Amino acid sequence: MNELDLHEVGVRGINSQLLSLPKNTNEKHWVIHNPKGQHSIAVGLDAPLQIDIRGHVGFYCGGMNSHAELTIHGHAGVGTAENMMSGVVWVKGNSSESAGATGNGGLLVIEGDASSRCGISMKGIDIVVGGSVGHMSAFMAQRGNLIVCGDAGDALGDSIYEARLYVKGKVASLGADCIEKEMQAEHLADLERLLKAANRKEKPSDFRRYGSARKLYNFSVDHADAY
Amino acid sequence: MDKTPRTLPRKSATFDDYTLSEIRRAASTGIYDIRGGGAKRRLPHFDDLLFLGASISRYPLEGYREKCGTNVVLGTRFATKPIELKIPITIAGMSFGSLSAQAKEALGRGATIAGTSTTTGDGGMTPEERGQSKTLVYQYLPSRYGMNPEDLRKADAIEIVIGQGAKPGGGGMLLGQKISDRVAAMRCLPKGIDQRSACRHPDWTGPDDLEIKINELREITNWEKPIYVKIGGARPYYDVALAVKSGADVVVLDGMQGGTAATQEVFIEHVGQPTLACIRPAVRALQELNMHRKVQLIVSGGIRNGADVAKALALGVDAVSIGTAALVALGDNDPHYETEYNELGTTAGSYDDWHEGRDPAGITTQDPELTKRLDPVKAGRRLSNYLKVMTLEAQTIARANGKSHVHNLEPEDLCALTVEAAAMAQVPLAGTDWIPGRGGY
Repeated sequence: MNELDLHEVGVRGINSQLLSLPKNTNEKHWVIHNPKGQHSIAVGLDAPLQIDIRGHVGFYCGGMNSHAELTIHGHAGVGTAENMMSGVVWVKGNSSESAGATGNGGLLVIEGDASSRCGISMKGIDIVVGGSVGHMSAFMAQRGNLIVCGDAGDALGDSIYEARLYVKGKVASLGADCIEKEMQAEHLADLERLLKAANRKEKPSDFRRYGSARKLYNFSVDHADAY
Repeated sequence: MDKTPRTLPRKSATFDDYTLSEIRRAASTGIYDIRGGGAKRRLPHFDDLLFLGASISRYPLEGYREKCGTNVVLGTRFATKPIELKIPITIAGMSFGSLSAQAKEALGRGATIAGTSTTTGDGGMTPEERGQSKTLVYQYLPSRYGMNPEDLRKADAIEIVIGQGAKPGGGGMLLGQKISDRVAAMRCLPKGIDQRSACRHPDWTGPDDLEIKINELREITNWEKPIYVKIGGARPYYDVALAVKSGADVVVLDGMQGGTAATQEVFIEHVGQPTLACIRPAVRALQELNMHRKVQLIVSGGIRNGADVAKALALGVDAVSIGTAALVALGDNDPHYETEYNELGTTAGSYDDWHEGRDPAGITTQDPELTKRLDPVKAGRRLSNYLKVMTLEAQTIARANGKSHVHNLEPEDLCALTVEAAAMAQVPLAGTDWIPGRGGY
């Protein structure tokens, strides 16, 4: 195990160390101390590292991650794991807005609550939120799965494309072109797989599924009121 | 027959033929008019400025013998690997999707021969474009279509797009006709749907957040790559100041004549400011922050020839960028295809329904039969020829004004033909020493 103290080396010192590691490095396990809510910690990683961040982080922690598995032992700021390509980002606490924004792949787990715009423009990432998500979550979500074990705020899935949304609790309101859809066997299987990966105890059958009505895919003046 | 003299039929200046046709089109379809390109209305522009030249008070450089530099270095503020271009004319961001892969390749080829950069667009980086572009700027847009860290690291510079001159405040639009299998795969979208990309970035709002975002991109790319911030011509004084505050290495400012792949006609013609009106407020913001020439300013929107280049540089710009003119150099709107333009209900020189994907020149289309018409090698050569001519023209003007580098051109070398242009460019009205807004009158 290797240790880095952000108080001593700064964000640049942390990232330059982690980004300099080759993909086949033997130095896989890293612990980052004293993150102190700083921004852009462990961004753009491109190796199968295991990273434990001991404390709270600011914006974009794990941003554009590929291959690495990050655990944030605290709360996370805006844009956690934004545009993640692969790997895992796991937040033990809560996460601020735009968690998993535009993510292409990998798994983002938020044990606590996520804020507004969770999964905005997601492009293939899987997101499991143990608590609730705020308004405009999964806005223009293109692909991937967003699982919310608590409640969802207003305008869930507004202008959604092909992403799949699963909510166990209440949905304050659905956004434009987002509707409740039938839960089929393949969806229950996806849910079971992702809940297990996130160490959740909820039952897939307790969730409801939401997705695109696909009525706004091509413009029609008769749908202008939807905007 | 009544012999009483009658007045001639008179058309309304307010309800002119174009306006009437648009009312009828809207009434028939129920959809706003969508088109490509930039503002087509008459606007105060570089044609309204003249260079004074040299005489007794200033002496010129020998036209064909004395050196006149044209190089420009971009990204000297924070990036450890700034880019140096041979000419102060770059190729603006245009997406694969709006343009064919052949057109993107041709832009890369032409720019590389001429010693300048080209730029990706909404939809990501194609191998053809990267392969043929010595210096490639990677756009980072609100939609993040096709955005990935691997391509980010392959780029020579990163351009964070906040807006563009044709539609400041508007997002992207690529209609279903152009969403081919390849375009759909790069954007993670179903084939054939209308793609309307976001107008705001998904994970930051405001200049404080932008500063954090810029730092994230610098961390991921090891602080090597210049980071540009591109803005539309909305409030250039404030927007440039905030881009500088946020940590930009380069600001790209696009006036309303700058083109788009597709948006509403009403947006193109009625939102944003002319390029000429944007430059001086932008330069003033840089000067007041002591950042002029430290944060480089690139201006685009209606640049057509070396005179436009020289005039923009004289007003304080470090480089210009071309989009529409580059497409014309490749072959867009060429009279060679007049018959086919007629079949589309238009004429060569006026064709702007780029979103429909039926471009006879094979440039703004994904149709495999049409795209084959554009030879990337020949089209790239045409673009490089054009860039060289523009550069020679700018040098000619610079030498005539006694400048050994095009960046030595200055506002004092200019006068204006109209009061409007004098006010916008803050140079004297020709034949006077009057600069509107500077007092005294």
